[in-house]
Amino acid sequence: MSAGKLTKKRNFRAKAALPGFGLTIGITLSYVALLVLIPLAALVWKTSHLSASDFWAAISSPRALSAYKLSFGGAAVAAFVNLFLGTIFAWTLARYRFVGRAFIDALVDLPLALPTAVAGITLTTLYAPNGLFGSWLEPLGIKVAFAPLGVIAAMVFVGIPFVVRTVEPLLLSLDPQTEEAAAVLGASRWRTFRLVLLPALWPALLTGFALAFARAVGEYGSVVFISGNMPFATEIVPLLIVTQLEQYQVEQATALALVMLTGSFLTLLVVNLLQLRMRRESSRG
Amino acid sequence: MIRTLTVEKLTKRFTLKGTPAIFESSFEAAPGGITTLLGPSGSGKTTLLRVISGLETADEGRVLLGEEDITYQPVRERGFGFVFQTFALFPDMTVNENIAFGLRVRKQSKLQISKRVDELLELTKLHGLGHRFPSQLSGGQRQRVGFARALAPNPKVLLLDEPFGALDAQVRVELRQFLRELSEQTQITTLMVTHDQEEALELSDRIVVMDRGRIHQVGTSREIYEAPRTPFVASFVGMANVLLGRMSNGAPVKTIVRPHDMRLSRDPSLGEPATIARLVFSGSIAKIEVTTSSQETVSVHLPQVEVDRLGLQAGDVVHIDAARSQVFADSSKTFEPPLPTS
Amino acid sequence: MAEKTVGLVPLSGEAKRRAHTPVITEALCIRLMFILATVLGLGVLVFLPLLLVFVEALRKGVAGYLAALSNEETWHAIKLSLLTTLIVVPANTVFGLSAAWLLAKHRFWGRRLLSTIIDLPFSVSPVVSGLVFVLLFGAQGILGPWLATNDIKIIFALPGIVLATAFVTFPFVAREVLPALEASGNDEEEAALTLGAHGWTVFFRVTLPKIKWAVLYGVVLCTARSLGEFGAVSVVSGHIRGETNTMPLQVEILYNEYDFTGAFSVASLLTLVAVVTLTTKKLLEWNQERLRNDSYTDR
Repeated sequence: MSAGKLTKKRNFRAKAALPGFGLTIGITLSYVALLVLIPLAALVWKTSHLSASDFWAAISSPRALSAYKLSFGGAAVAAFVNLFLGTIFAWTLARYRFVGRAFIDALVDLPLALPTAVAGITLTTLYAPNGLFGSWLEPLGIKVAFAPLGVIAAMVFVGIPFVVRTVEPLLLSLDPQTEEAAAVLGASRWRTFRLVLLPALWPALLTGFALAFARAVGEYGSVVFISGNMPFATEIVPLLIVTQLEQYQVEQATALALVMLTGSFLTLLVVNLLQLRMRRESSRG
Repeated sequence: MIRTLTVEKLTKRFTLKGTPAIFESSFEAAPGGITTLLGPSGSGKTTLLRVISGLETADEGRVLLGEEDITYQPVRERGFGFVFQTFALFPDMTVNENIAFGLRVRKQSKLQISKRVDELLELTKLHGLGHRFPSQLSGGQRQRVGFARALAPNPKVLLLDEPFGALDAQVRVELRQFLRELSEQTQITTLMVTHDQEEALELSDRIVVMDRGRIHQVGTSREIYEAPRTPFVASFVGMANVLLGRMSNGAPVKTIVRPHDMRLSRDPSLGEPATIARLVFSGSIAKIEVTTSSQETVSVHLPQVEVDRLGLQAGDVVHIDAARSQVFADSSKTFEPPLPTS
Repeated sequence: MAEKTVGLVPLSGEAKRRAHTPVITEALCIRLMFILATVLGLGVLVFLPLLLVFVEALRKGVAGYLAALSNEETWHAIKLSLLTTLIVVPANTVFGLSAAWLLAKHRFWGRRLLSTIIDLPFSVSPVVSGLVFVLLFGAQGILGPWLATNDIKIIFALPGIVLATAFVTFPFVAREVLPALEASGNDEEEAALTLGAHGWTVFFRVTLPKIKWAVLYGVVLCTARSLGEFGAVSVVSGHIRGETNTMPLQVEILYNEYDFTGAFSVASLLTLVAVVTLTTKKLLEWNQERLRNDSYTDR
């Protein structure tokens, strides 16, 4: 008469009563492997065929360097602008009631829902010298379309949802009583914001920034139209990759792609860590 | 023919190190009656119930129905009814459809199903509500649907996980009555988890008292109340004073006295001296807190008429004694559960 | 992971309720400034472009609009986009439901890794997404020679476009369904199990009805993104006019040829899809809030 099996195999998974583990893990893993992992492995594999010096030459050519400057630099500027604007938008949408609030709130998501090519041609039309905005910006000497500023403008457009959508839920979940306590103790709203709210919000702000940054760096469709694509001036890294592909410089393109992929992974890592931290803070609070 | 539900030395761990959720728990459920698993949160009672139901699997031990070892039988084959604290009704199905679910799974005919559903609507006093959706029902009604649904397929055992926990106090009282009537009518072996000791004392034919994964005592309401086997049982079920002391040989002991088993008088020959710290009027029984010479606080319940007769006030010096008490070895560091007798 | 709430994830009812609770708040002029800034900011940055699409599309009147859309190349592009979407969306939906069930209802080693992989397309540049398929299936790719000898075309043909689109849009259904599954809990599924139901019955009759709106929204999102994907498809399609151009690529071609009306006409179709997506999101939010209010009435 046995007293029952001692499951020493508490290894891979905790047995649950809910069925479907076998099937779902089968489907999920094969799909992910076929669609994602194998193609990505192809990238790494192809790059490994490049000699170290060729690799270095490809990713540090003058043209590549100026593309980095534009892509990463522009994305950083755009992400900062979005940080500022996004916080204001998030605050207003979370805390104030006004006519058309639901509509404005829905607008925030448009850059995410709108196809990039549509955004691209629309923004170009707006900021071109004869466009709605361009026609009064050009005389002032501010060249937007076909200039680096245009690239940044497009990057700002695509990044709008990210800061707003990470900050707004956090704002809504904050306990109003901490602010009330600060007010009762005599703090001004600005002080309350600086000392009470900002510490709670900064992981969300940082996450939004990182996501907006990552999106802007990799953005293609929205930017290629407005940038004019002039090498060394308004050429972004994704475009450089495409150009090299079209000219059958596959290895160089691959090398650059690896650089971008590494950047993506790093950003993903940072965002993950931040969200872990946000989760921990919210469960403590 | 009712088969007895027995549990033998069940152990379940959720983490590899650390305390097991339940440890070597054994008991026998009262056949055809209500057995309650009683304990504070974290005592493992819900885990034990879920292992019995098949929603979790034990690491060691057995679950037996009569002679049959059902420890590893999958939950959907066990045929045990389960009622959830949060009702767990299917929100997009009507009451009728909810109740019929277990019958449809068994592929019974529409006629049979319809008859049975009507029977259950009557039994659970939900007549006329069959076409409503759960969101249109009150909490008490929803839980009655929960009972009806669990009972529809004629389960061998009925398992209840804090069934009244999510309900208002008044509704809870109503449903307790409902459960008692149901149990008498259906004679199904019922196992209920609760942390409400009043509920346990009122409803149970048998109580299993648990704490931190171990069973402390199994017995009738009276046995548990009047003859607790461990200090935990004594203080968890009913109010208790826990006094620390020593035996003449120096061994530390705990003495348990219930507040209404304390005797209080002004006569020095009738007990130890103590000072009244607080006197609280609470209806027919007055709740008095006294401080003893060893600075311990003891709770004494006296009929209010006695208090008035003696003219007691805060600050008075009185004499207290215990009419009934129990002494336990103070093994607070290590606990060895006594072997349960069903 | 339920917390990755960036993107088109509707806000919960609880959060909405907090939004309407007055709190010690800023001075009126500050509030007005903020509101003005937000309305103007989003109006100029987002609404104007939206309007512009339709203005430009209708510049030559309704007749011009319809003519542009019935152009043969354009019509082919529309069909290609629809065909791709018809293949990609069901596949991604099956995957999404599968992955969401796996992550929400089971614990296993590598859970977080899987979740991160599912989020990958969001941080990878679409050009890179297209490139990896070229590296695998292109003429100089790893499988290139093998494909050539067997006369199978993947790059510069429909299969390549389908793969690239699937890669870029596969997270959407999973990411919408996963939080819904996690939030809905296991109780109803467990109840169904105790009543004797098998796995498929539990899934179709208990789980799916609970999450139907999240699934619908995920499908809508996935569809919108499949139709609109540009960068990745651009790399794998080869831009062969009348053959391997999807709607976004056709927009590009028309624009570069200075056929602005044509370009914006096609763009307007895609924009309508985007508007439908946003409307569905709002409806989903309102529905969630209504359900939440229902469960609070305990008579």
